Amino acid sequence: MIEYVLLKIDGISKSFPGVKALDHVAFEVGKGEVHAVVGENGAGKSTLMNILSGVYAPDTGILCLDEKEIHFKDPRHAQENGIAMIHQELSLANHLSVMENIFLGRLKRNKLGLVDYKQMYKMCRNELECLGVNDIEPDMLIKDLSVSQMQMVEIAKALSLNARLIIMDEPTSSITKKETEMLFAAIRSLKQRGVSILYISHRMEEIFEIADNITVLRDGTYIKTLKSIDTTPKEIVSLMVGREFNRAFNREVRKVREDEKPVLEVKGLSYGKKVKDVSFKLYPGEILALTGLVGAGRSEVVQTLFGVTRKDKGQIIFNGKEIEARTPTETIGLGMGLVPEGRKTQGLFLKMKVRDNITITNLPQICSMQFIRKTEEIKKAEDYVARLRIKTPGIEQQVQYLSGGNQQKTIIARWLLNSPKVLFLDEPTHGVDVGAKSEIYEIINSLANEGVGIVLISSELPEVLTLADRILVMQNGRIAGELSRENANQEIIMEYATNQMNKGMEQ
Amino acid sequence: MTSNGLPKPAKDAAAKDAGVRNALLKMVKQKEFSVFVALVLLCTVVSLLSPYFLGVQNIFNVLRQFSVIGILAVGQALIIITSGIDLSVGSVLGLMGVVAALLAGLGLPPAAVFVLTILLGAMVASINGLLVTKARINPFIVTLGMMSIARGASLLITGGMPISIENDITFLGSGYIGVVPVPVIIMFIVAIAGHVFSTKTLAGRNIYAVGNNERAAKLSGIRVDKVKVMVFMIMGALCALSGMIVSGTLKTAEPSAGAGYEMDVIAAVVIGGTSLAGGEGSIVGVILGAAIMGVLRNSFVLLGVSAYWQIVAIGVVTIGAVALDSLKNKRD
Ligand SMILES: Nc1ncnc2c1ncn2[C@@H]1O[C@H](COP(=O)(O)OP(=O)(O)OP(=O)(O)O)[C@@H](O)[C@H]1O
Ligand SMILES: [Mg+2]
Repeated sequence: MIEYVLLKIDGISKSFPGVKALDHVAFEVGKGEVHAVVGENGAGKSTLMNILSGVYAPDTGILCLDEKEIHFKDPRHAQENGIAMIHQELSLANHLSVMENIFLGRLKRNKLGLVDYKQMYKMCRNELECLGVNDIEPDMLIKDLSVSQMQMVEIAKALSLNARLIIMDEPTSSITKKETEMLFAAIRSLKQRGVSILYISHRMEEIFEIADNITVLRDGTYIKTLKSIDTTPKEIVSLMVGREFNRAFNREVRKVREDEKPVLEVKGLSYGKKVKDVSFKLYPGEILALTGLVGAGRSEVVQTLFGVTRKDKGQIIFNGKEIEARTPTETIGLGMGLVPEGRKTQGLFLKMKVRDNITITNLPQICSMQFIRKTEEIKKAEDYVARLRIKTPGIEQQVQYLSGGNQQKTIIARWLLNSPKVLFLDEPTHGVDVGAKSEIYEIINSLANEGVGIVLISSELPEVLTLADRILVMQNGRIAGELSRENANQEIIMEYATNQMNKGMEQ
Repeated sequence: MTSNGLPKPAKDAAAKDAGVRNALLKMVKQKEFSVFVALVLLCTVVSLLSPYFLGVQNIFNVLRQFSVIGILAVGQALIIITSGIDLSVGSVLGLMGVVAALLAGLGLPPAAVFVLTILLGAMVASINGLLVTKARINPFIVTLGMMSIARGASLLITGGMPISIENDITFLGSGYIGVVPVPVIIMFIVAIAGHVFSTKTLAGRNIYAVGNNERAAKLSGIRVDKVKVMVFMIMGALCALSGMIVSGTLKTAEPSAGAGYEMDVIAAVVIGGTSLAGGEGSIVGVILGAAIMGVLRNSFVLLGVSAYWQIVAIGVVTIGAVALDSLKNKRD
């Protein structure tokens, strides 16, 4: 079914201590095709991609590029052979500018041998514009960008390498629909030019929109490759999990009653240029979604409410009392929680154990006279590893060795354990597989039913449309509109997010 | 909810087997284990070269020699785990020795001298902590400055002359309990306390969290600044303790005591497997690292290596240990 085999993967195995990540995986990638690789969290997708791009050497098995056997020494070697990779975890240099990152290791020189910033600036501008990005300047520093902007820079970087095979490991996990469309347009034009794409994602709609072929991995083994026109999302998911999968998640919309008191009320909140005069109320047991485009200020709103950054203006009223929200220590003490975006930068303690990562905020509650009650700690950690089905050899494993989705579940476990009254979730299902996603939805739903107020930020509109009771759409730091779930659909949300139809919610 | 736990008995048994093998592998792979092996190898080589090395007297000598380095290394390790560093340990040690001598000169009872010196040490070091957290100055620079200030202060106070101490506080440096020198006992107490503190308490856990990811620590509700000031203060208290030991040994406070100790201490911490990048390391490893430094110094004496070469050799060992650390970090 493939005309010209660009890359042949043959009998690849790879083990880590305690884990067989890949077990004799074999399939082929054709020239000019978009080939999706799917599987549950920890199925071995990233490990395989890391082998294809020269990060790891396989234990056994061979790769054939253009029908010639090849062994990559390092990522650079793979790059020289036309393989570029967008990593699941952002791998940009924080203190360098966008253009320096894009041209890292191959900076443009002028006649004098000096770095030609002018040319780089122009080229970088071009790459970004091809992706339809206009809120990132080539000379901005990476550390000043939001996670989703960083992801766009990663994508631009891989596109600029002129590769023959581009590996994209969850490229869309923190960008919104609009940017995703831009990415897809770019992918289609690459395909026209004969470039092959290996595409990893947990979002079925995306896969069926862009992929020609879909390969399923389960527990490190190759299951099947299917043409996307010959299959259905349901079939793929069943192949992934190894059984019939039909768990439809459903949440009844919760209506706000007349006489209710909000658990959190925000009046005229402002912070820098990103949050302008934001007001809303959150009721106990309600799931309120904050949506909008990348850079609309959603994350900044919750970070300000949580005390990560200090508000310039406005009032925050929590449980009827005005609070200052100076530090997370204060807000956590009051009963707030935040699952932040960017698990590596803001969430994980990579060199610490899964257990440490889960219990860290809850520790003061399981201490007597400063001493951690170890058995209780272990019990809680094990309980949550089981509840969220975190795939790990044990709670004593360092969290850096977990797969991306399982790391995300670890952070969610941390906050569930702390039983907050108000929980901010910033891209909570970032990189989580379909099955685990609906488990997390169940958990969010039951938290809400127990009376926890939840603010959900998600770039995935379907997620917003299944979970949220009310939806606030942000644009340019302001709230551009409020919708109830019944009145919302993707189109209306996008209209509010992108344009001028400010029917306004400032009552 | 549907139930998801498909039974996979065969796989579980295999996993268990692998689990046992892994537990063994893990122990061998632990950093402390390789440090321990290095120490044993070093001791074997030295004892083959010099018959005196394994003598009881010499062993106590070695222990006594590295006891101060060991005590200081415990504090330094805590700081390095938070991804800080303290270069002022030697100077603060010297200053606190002088302070203890002055307090003793006032005729205070030993217990009062002890408590006051420790408190003053912690206070001096808290300045380091506050400059690092509140003024946001790089710890390297702050403590480099403090290194100079503290040394200058002890020279100013004493006019450069040693002060003799006539107070039972000198027991800390020159006393014995049975045949064991008191400094050795103190080192073991500090090491055990440090180990328990770093592995079993909330504050200890927070130290690792801050070193791993400061931002995530803040978002988890940890008061990052407080943690950083705390580790500097612990270091200061240990410097004061060491100052009393050093001046107690000779019953004299030398204003230049502790000069150059920062090198040995940092080397001990790094040899012990604590990464300068922060976030990992253990007190057990650090004490083993201090032991390696102690044995090295002792073997130079036994083998008659000139004092000047000793200084060069310590420098080489330090750079070697740091190079290993950064190589390993690159590989990860
Ligand atoms: N460096 C490592 N050391 C130990 N175990 C590892 C390492 N890297 C991956 N693993 C393990 O290998 C398995 C496969 O991981 P991988 O990252 O390939 O999963 P994935 O399919 O990409 O999952 P996700 O969808 O969550 O990103 C997991 O069980 C993971 O814990
Ligand atoms: Mg992955």
